[in-house]
Amino acid sequence: MRLHLPNFLYRGIPVHRLQLHGQCRRKTLGYGRRSPDTMASWSNSDIHIEEERHVRANDRNYNDKFFYADNHIKTSKYNVFTFLPINLFEQFQRVANAYFLVLLILQLIPEISSLPWVTTTVPLVMVLVITAVKDATDDYFRYKSDQQVNNRQSQVLRGVLQNEKWMNVRVGDIIKLENNQFVAADILLLSSSEPYGLCYIETAELDGETNLKVRQALTVTSELGADILKLAEFNGEVICEAPNNKLDKFKGTLYWRGSKFPLDNEKMLLRGCVLRNTDWCFGMVIFAGLQTKLMQNCGRTTLKRTSIDKLMNTLVLWIFGFLVCMGVILAIGNTIWEQEVGRSFQVYLPWERPVSNNNAVFSGFLTFWSYIIILNTVVPISLYVSVEVIRLGHSYFINWDGKMYYGQKDTPAEARTTTLNEELGQVEFIFSDKTGTLTQNIMVFNKCSINGNTYGDVYDEFGHKVEVSERTACVDFSFNPLSDRKFTFHDSSLVEAIKMEEPSVQEFFRLLALCHTVMSEEKNEGDLLYQAQSPDEGALVSAARNFGFVFRSRTPETITLYEMGTAVTYQLLAILDFNNVRKRMSVIVRNPAGQTKLYCKGADTIIFDRLDPSNEDLMDTTSEHLNEFAGEGLRTLALAYKVLDRDFFEEWMTRLLLASTVMENREQRLADLYEEIETGLLLLGATAVEDKLQEGVPETIACLTLANIKIWVLTGDKLETAMNIGYSCNMLRDDMNEVFIISGHTAAEVQQQLRSAREHILGLSRVSNTADEEKTEMFSNDSVFEETIIAEYALIVNGHSLAHALEPELEQVLLETACLCKTVICCRVTPMQKAQVVELVKTNKMAVTLAIGDGANDVSMIRTAHIGVGISGQEGMQAVLASDYSFAQFRYLQRLLLVHGRWSYFRMCNFLFYFFYKNFAFTLVHFWFGFFCGFSAQTVYDQWFITLFNIVYTSLPVLAMGLFDQDVNEANSHRYPGLYRPGQLNLLFNKRQFFLCTLQGIVTSFLLFFVPYGAFSLGVRADGLHLSDQQSFAVTIATSLVIVVSVQIGLDTYYWTAVNHLFVWGSLAVYFAILLAMQSDGLFSIFPSQFPYIGTARSCLAQWSVWLVILLTTAVCVLPGMAVRFLKTDLYPTLTDKVRRLQKASRKQGPREQNLRRVRRTSSRRSGYAFSHQQGYGELITSGKNMKVSPSTAGPSPCLSSPGVRNSRHFLENTMQRKEETPEEASGTWEVRARTQQTLESNVGSHSNGTQQTLDSNRSSNSNETQQTLMDSRSDANGAIQT
Amino acid sequence: MMASSYNAKEEDGNPSSATVHGGAGTVKNKKPDNTAFKQQRLPAWQPILTAGTVLPAFFVIGLIFIPIGIGLFVTSNNIKEFEACLYSVYSKYSFSSLSTLQIDYTGVDLSSPCFNCSQNYIWNSTTPCTCSVPFSLDQPFESNVFMYYGLSNFYQNHRRYVKSRDDSQLNGDLSSLKNPSKECEPYRTSENKPIAPCGAIANSLFNDTLDLYYIDPNGSRTAIPLVKKGIAWWTDKHVKFRNPAGNNLTVVFQGTSKPVNWRKPVYELDPSDSDNNGFINEDFIVWMRTAALPTFRKLYRIIQKKPNNMSPTLPRGQYILDVTYNYPVRSFEGRKRMILSTISWMGGKNPFLGIAYITVGSVCFFLGIVLLIIHHKYGNRNNNADIPN
Repeated sequence: MRLHLPNFLYRGIPVHRLQLHGQCRRKTLGYGRRSPDTMASWSNSDIHIEEERHVRANDRNYNDKFFYADNHIKTSKYNVFTFLPINLFEQFQRVANAYFLVLLILQLIPEISSLPWVTTTVPLVMVLVITAVKDATDDYFRYKSDQQVNNRQSQVLRGVLQNEKWMNVRVGDIIKLENNQFVAADILLLSSSEPYGLCYIETAELDGETNLKVRQALTVTSELGADILKLAEFNGEVICEAPNNKLDKFKGTLYWRGSKFPLDNEKMLLRGCVLRNTDWCFGMVIFAGLQTKLMQNCGRTTLKRTSIDKLMNTLVLWIFGFLVCMGVILAIGNTIWEQEVGRSFQVYLPWERPVSNNNAVFSGFLTFWSYIIILNTVVPISLYVSVEVIRLGHSYFINWDGKMYYGQKDTPAEARTTTLNEELGQVEFIFSDKTGTLTQNIMVFNKCSINGNTYGDVYDEFGHKVEVSERTACVDFSFNPLSDRKFTFHDSSLVEAIKMEEPSVQEFFRLLALCHTVMSEEKNEGDLLYQAQSPDEGALVSAARNFGFVFRSRTPETITLYEMGTAVTYQLLAILDFNNVRKRMSVIVRNPAGQTKLYCKGADTIIFDRLDPSNEDLMDTTSEHLNEFAGEGLRTLALAYKVLDRDFFEEWMTRLLLASTVMENREQRLADLYEEIETGLLLLGATAVEDKLQEGVPETIACLTLANIKIWVLTGDKLETAMNIGYSCNMLRDDMNEVFIISGHTAAEVQQQLRSAREHILGLSRVSNTADEEKTEMFSNDSVFEETIIAEYALIVNGHSLAHALEPELEQVLLETACLCKTVICCRVTPMQKAQVVELVKTNKMAVTLAIGDGANDVSMIRTAHIGVGISGQEGMQAVLASDYSFAQFRYLQRLLLVHGRWSYFRMCNFLFYFFYKNFAFTLVHFWFGFFCGFSAQTVYDQWFITLFNIVYTSLPVLAMGLFDQDVNEANSHRYPGLYRPGQLNLLFNKRQFFLCTLQGIVTSFLLFFVPYGAFSLGVRADGLHLSDQQSFAVTIATSLVIVVSVQIGLDTYYWTAVNHLFVWGSLAVYFAILLAMQSDGLFSIFPSQFPYIGTARSCLAQWSVWLVILLTTAVCVLPGMAVRFLKTDLYPTLTDKVRRLQKASRKQGPREQNLRRVRRTSSRRSGYAFSHQQGYGELITSGKNMKVSPSTAGPSPCLSSPGVRNSRHFLENTMQRKEETPEEASGTWEVRARTQQTLESNVGSHSNGTQQTLDSNRSSNSNETQQTLMDSRSDANGAIQT
Repeated sequence: MMASSYNAKEEDGNPSSATVHGGAGTVKNKKPDNTAFKQQRLPAWQPILTAGTVLPAFFVIGLIFIPIGIGLFVTSNNIKEFEACLYSVYSKYSFSSLSTLQIDYTGVDLSSPCFNCSQNYIWNSTTPCTCSVPFSLDQPFESNVFMYYGLSNFYQNHRRYVKSRDDSQLNGDLSSLKNPSKECEPYRTSENKPIAPCGAIANSLFNDTLDLYYIDPNGSRTAIPLVKKGIAWWTDKHVKFRNPAGNNLTVVFQGTSKPVNWRKPVYELDPSDSDNNGFINEDFIVWMRTAALPTFRKLYRIIQKKPNNMSPTLPRGQYILDVTYNYPVRSFEGRKRMILSTISWMGGKNPFLGIAYITVGSVCFFLGIVLLIIHHKYGNRNNNADIPN
């Protein structure tokens, strides 16, 4: 369990003890002094600004000249000696602590000390000590984790290879990495165990992508191999850019043996990556320690504060202003009093020496400070302590929540930041990552259509479709020894078909087993491991494997399958690789029988265009099936094959070879050739792969949408994939009015597209939104114009368009347009852009944003948003480490927001409301008393009462309320998402509420003073002794106060648990116990001057009249508030009130039948070609470069390997280059849409031109009116159409 | 309900892990404990302000408060209040229906018998000024009568005044006796000797002497016995205030100085009664219990009902209040009063409480009716309003 302790007035940052290799971590610097940009400010090199880096390999002396940072990282702040001064200095920078320190100093001045110094010192010291202990533990764990990271071992070349600690690695060193090791610093790859200096890395910690990435060393350096001597002699010099935080960019030059070699990011291994599938590699350290890209990316830490925090600070300032005003009023009063009355009263009360020079003004001045001391309890230090304790409690409730615990991975939810909880109840925008967040990033072969038959659905004995669940029986694959046991399929008819040896089914799976770019690895016999470049492909090949067509191994020229147990080797003649335009890939193979076949898989529309006309019937059936699959949100592919005529193929092949050697226009020529051969295909069927959504995602999204939270998906994925997921999780629906796709390549294009989308929405909505009356009613209450858009729109922005749209001149248009849409999806988004989008909304919409993601690529967004949520349990811990909350499943978000967040917000607001009320009621009595005691800053209460009131007498009940209160139970919180609305609108605690609670406090204090005043001014005890002495008065008012605030908290508490009872009654009991104890004979006899109230309580509380006064005061203070509250809930009940009433009624009646509302997936849309695939891997395979077997030993390769080898320089570049490209067909789609929308507009517009103008003039009027006009316009339009 | 639907599923799916967890010594997983506290499912009472609870509450409070108020009011009226200012309406000192007698003897008016005293007042004058205020009682005081002195515009609650005392010294602490607290300044030392009792409160001890005489119809004056003990709180007299240890107070207080304004040292406050002398002199103790408000009254003497005697404590007739005028208040426009009062179970006469209770009770009742009407007219329309799902 991590140690969370309260911290005050600043956002606490928890200890990240869990440091994977996590050099990256939030850093806690002082508040306000936080350097916003990089860590440069606390690295050694901030003395000079580095513009260019010169590193010479194996030359320490040379490199030392530049004072580059070494690989040692330090994120801890203190050491044993500096702790106390630095920590105290930091603590007193906090406004609250400084404020109380000033008060303490004031109290030490005898002339103005109206309260003994204990009253402030005790709480202040407590607070300081607790905070210091917490800071010390935090820092200790930070130190420990630094130590752990710094002490990792790595092999450094110092003439010979020797083990060194990470922290001793220096810039210019050559280090050796082994498989599965973390990269210790940013290094330039020199050579590796793989051919051509290739090596594979996993960058999950950096960007969240779990795919393997290829890095290739320069040819010249890769020749060094593992030769230690040669490596030790290597003396190349690298001149490169200065340290920066751009993960995907690197520019540099290597000077070696008199030649220049350009360096780019593809030759760099960054700290935080893991070496995979590569036995070893050597690299030269370029950036180390804090200057590595990883650390540079981590430097940015923003201080997260909740809006309540900010409001609270504002209010404290206001209160302080109020305090000063009261002080001034009373000081003026004092001056006048001393002048008019005090001067003549000197017979009995001579002026003190400083005042004695007939200077009443000076007395007033002193009184001002005295009153500041007395009245300081309006902002008690316990406010901050309590707020922190409550937040801490709420965090623990999140940690303890069994319903947010994910059993399969044994991960409970975790509140990593303890101080943001109430903001969870105010979220308006959610920015979600897709992969790993909405989806599980697992592709499952779910259904298929073969030769017109669908497989994959399960039917019961009556022929009804059965919902597949975990309990549905799985197909038994035991006939196949090579099957993957993790693979599940529920429809046994497919296996039967396989066993019947139906040719089409066999061909279907043969295609899946042959047409791909998967690499297989067989560690033990039969233990196959596929390394797929896209998870879709992996799923398909695995499916084929289980159905008896096992892809076993491949060489550049052959593919070996085990078809139903027998090994068959196919000759791989060509791979017609995938790209975004082609949207298909084909292989041409020759089977052992000598038949040449082309197998093709691709997007259905593309394949259907290339089918043989004889296939039309099958195409129709398959097309229907595809629609069905797509409707279920599955990712579909169509499969087709063709038997090639040998002569034709040979001739085509020669042309292909020719084309692949020409330099100019090569791609186009190849594409044409591919096009030529991929015609007249015979359709085999279609596959449907499920990009498995996490459980409950559509329901969660639907529920959050009902709670008026806007969800934006920001994904690094391709447009089609993102849209597909959009459909499957119900964010995009067919019944949406319009889905805008922004995919312009220039700023002007993007602007044009955004503008017209916006105009379309604004224009059309006025006319067409009247269709749905129900919706009209639903939204009629909203006053914001944006909200009156009833038609549902979606906006999809592509990566390159987003780059333009985020430019300062376009971002407003983007924001406006996006906020008009129900759904916003951004594709191909870089981590930085994610953060930019969040920042855009955060700064412009004044709304609370939440970012949720699982990968390191989400870190920037998680940090930027008000609240960052990390999905834990997936690979990589970066997102979790950067997050404020983490849990294992996206669906827990609903619970986090609608239950925990709402409760936290509700509790915090109620707490603050009550707390301010309480303290005003408590403190302002002094103000009224001032008018009767010559403005002399005499306290009404006993000093002990003042010290203990906030800490002991009233802290626990309000804490219990702040911790346990529930207005509506959790089930209803889920069922009525509308309950979340008040939080977003910040209705429960704002300046108006503050004013109200202040007013209530002031009135209460007034009554608390004047009711006893009226009763006591003439009062005499039952035994004839006078009653109106100051001590009796104090005890009576104090007792009334404690009872009044206790009754008030009773009324404010909605949920009386045993703890609340204990605390409320306990506090009252403790009050009386302490009262009697403090005023007992014993204490007085020990410290006569500290306890002058001896016996007051006893003799006072024994009086009937005192109790009558207390009863009267309580009634008078509490009843008006109760009446007002009753009227409010009776006449204008909020949704909460209604639900509570319902809840109470249903509890009485017993549990009622709850109608389960299932979100159905209503998508009949054909899913796009969802092949998260990159171009270039086909070439990689045919070149044999990524094979462990070197090409020379793979046997003769007549024609195919040669173009591959020849083009080896190009293909990698191509691969990398293409990765950055994005599909372009989208703009076409958009144009079509724009056209339809124009026609729509012209149709409707011609009928309602008049109304449109009226509308424009009404635009500024309130929404109800607008709604009305909208209705009218509808009837007008209808009328027009009818006529 | 969506959430709970799959939550339920999860709970179903997890019985094995739960049992594993329950078994002692098994692998501990991170599943949070399923306790009502941690899952925030503690059983709770959830009161709602409904018409069914609020309206009866108002009526009940009204019905309770009004009788209490009436009771208080009647009791208070039985005590009867007499309030008159001697200096303004001198002739009306006949009290017919009131059982509290209040006489302002400050002597502001020229017609007041104490006018001269108030004018010619000098501290430390050796010959005390005396004046006599005659008054008559139309009705007898039947039970014990309490005699108070009242002061107005006297700021016993001023901060500097309140703190100007040394409770240790008053508790008989010898070191404090010799070395009083700094709080007592400027009445800490006098003539280089510590003042006992020190401080402004003690220094301003009320030192008028009030004597009451009954004028017999035959013209002879009968002194009315005034009891001067039993006027202080028990705890004050027995715990808070103690004389320094020693048999002879004169010896004990040797080396200390009397407060500046006092005419005699503290050990001569009541030489006749050693139990009422020094710090435990009850007049002194009463004075030291500072008042909360600038207008206050303090108990001065008790006129006890004569035992086994049916005659009233104070019969009807003429009286004379003899005042030894020592205490100047004119300079700060203060007032001095003498009050005679009987008391009841709820203390002295205090019409405020009774009236306040009656008012609050009526307002409550009235508010209850208003709320009831509002609720019936408007309140129900929202109850049936359905909740948007």
